[in-house]
Amino acid sequence: MKLSLTVNGTPHDVDVEPRTLLVHVLRDTLDLTATNIGCDTTSCGACTVLVDGESVKSCTVLAASVDGQSVTTMEGLADGDRWHAMQQAFREKHGLQCGFCTPGMVMAAVSLLQDNPKPTGDEVRRGLEGNLCRCTGYHNIVAAVLAAAGVAASEGAK
Amino acid sequence: MIPAPFDYVRADDGAAALAALAEHGDEAKLLAGGQSLLPLMKLRLAMPAVIVDVSRAGELRYVRRDGDVLAIGALTRHGDVAADQTVRSELPMLAHVADLVGDPQVRHRGTIGGSVAHADPSADLPTALVALGASYVVRGPGGERVVAADDFATGFLETVLAPDELLTEIRVPLGVDGWGYEKFTRRAIDWATVAVGVVRRGGETRVALANMGPTVLRATATEQALAGGAGATDAAGRADEGTEPGNDVTASSDYRRHLARVLTSRVLEGVG
Repeated sequence: MKLSLTVNGTPHDVDVEPRTLLVHVLRDTLDLTATNIGCDTTSCGACTVLVDGESVKSCTVLAASVDGQSVTTMEGLADGDRWHAMQQAFREKHGLQCGFCTPGMVMAAVSLLQDNPKPTGDEVRRGLEGNLCRCTGYHNIVAAVLAAAGVAASEGAK
Repeated sequence: MIPAPFDYVRADDGAAALAALAEHGDEAKLLAGGQSLLPLMKLRLAMPAVIVDVSRAGELRYVRRDGDVLAIGALTRHGDVAADQTVRSELPMLAHVADLVGDPQVRHRGTIGGSVAHADPSADLPTALVALGASYVVRGPGGERVVAADDFATGFLETVLAPDELLTEIRVPLGVDGWGYEKFTRRAIDWATVAVGVVRRGGETRVALANMGPTVLRATATEQALAGGAGATDAAGRADEGTEPGNDVTASSDYRRHLARVLTSRVLEGVG
C-alpha cells in the first residue's frame, strides 16, 4: 500500500505491506537508523520517535496508521549544525554510556518536556519509565533532562 | 517480529468501521491504539485476516459532560483522559488510573475503548470502570445498546461484543464520595500483578479486583461485609473470596490472594 509520511520535515512516499511497522519504514525503507529496535515488545523504548510531536514506540505502530502524519526521529532534532538542547544536555551531563538507548531516551525526553516543561527529578524518572538503559546510566540521564529543562539539579532533586 | 499478513481497511468514523465489520465478519479485528493488539500480532498469538484501523476516527475521541454522567469517546487516548480538566475535576480516579497505564508512549496511543474491548483482566482502566459502575455504549447494525461494565467481559480477552459491533462510548456516573486505587507491580511498566479499585457513593462501596480471575471481578464478599457494617480490615480479609487467581511466573495464586487482601485493606483505609 502507498503511504505519504513527512519524516523530519521531508515528505516521503513509500510503498509497503500493510503489516509494516513504523520502525521498519524508518530504518529499512528510509535508511534512518538512529531509531533502534531493542526488545521489540513495547517495553524498552529504544524505538521511540515522535508522531505529530508525541512520543510513541515505533515497533508498536503500523506505518499505515500514521499515513499523512509527521514523524520526527533523532536525525531530525538538530537544526543544521546546531544541536537540539536535549542532545547538548546529554553530551554535557554524560547522559549515555553504550548509546543504544540514547535515541529513544532523547526522543522520549523531548516529548516529556513538551508535556511538562519544568519537571522535578521524580517526574523525569516517571516520565522515562518506558525507556530502559541496560548500562543503568539513569542518574546522568535524569540530570541531562533537568539541565535541558533549565531546572537546577538541586531543585530537581526535590 | 512482524505480524502475519492481513488486509488493511482504514475507517475514519464509526459508520465506516461498522460497514467494514459487516463486510468482513469475524475475520476482521478492530485496531484502535494497537498497544495490546499489535504485540499479540507480532507474536502471532493473533492473526486476523483483516485489520479495520479506527485509530484516526476523531468523532470517537472526546470527553463531555452529559447531565450527571461523564461520556468519553472510545478512541480517547489514555494520555488525554489523564490530562483532561473535566476528568480531573469530576472523576479524579479515572484521570489517576489512566496515568498508571503502561508508560507515556503507550498512553499517547492506547485508547480507553481499546483497553475495555481487549478485556485483559489485569488492565487498570477496566478495573477502575467496574468500580465506578460505568456502562458501555455498543453500536451494531441494528442500532445501539448499553452494557454495564460488570456484564461486559465474559472471559479472558472475551466480551459480549459481536463481530459486527463497535464500542463507541464509556459512560461514567458522577458523584463519587470516596475512591482509591492500588496497583502492585514488580517493575515500573508491568501490568498489575493485582490491583484494587474502590469507589464509595453514599452508603455503597464497590470493590473491583484486577488479575484475580479471567475477568475483572467484584470483591462481593468484601462489599457485603462493608454493607453489613464490618470494618475495613475485616472486610478486606474477604477480598479474595470467590476469586480464581492464576499461577504464573509473576506470582503464585496464593500470593495473589494475599495481595488482594492487603491492597484492599490499604485502599479501604485510605478511602475512610
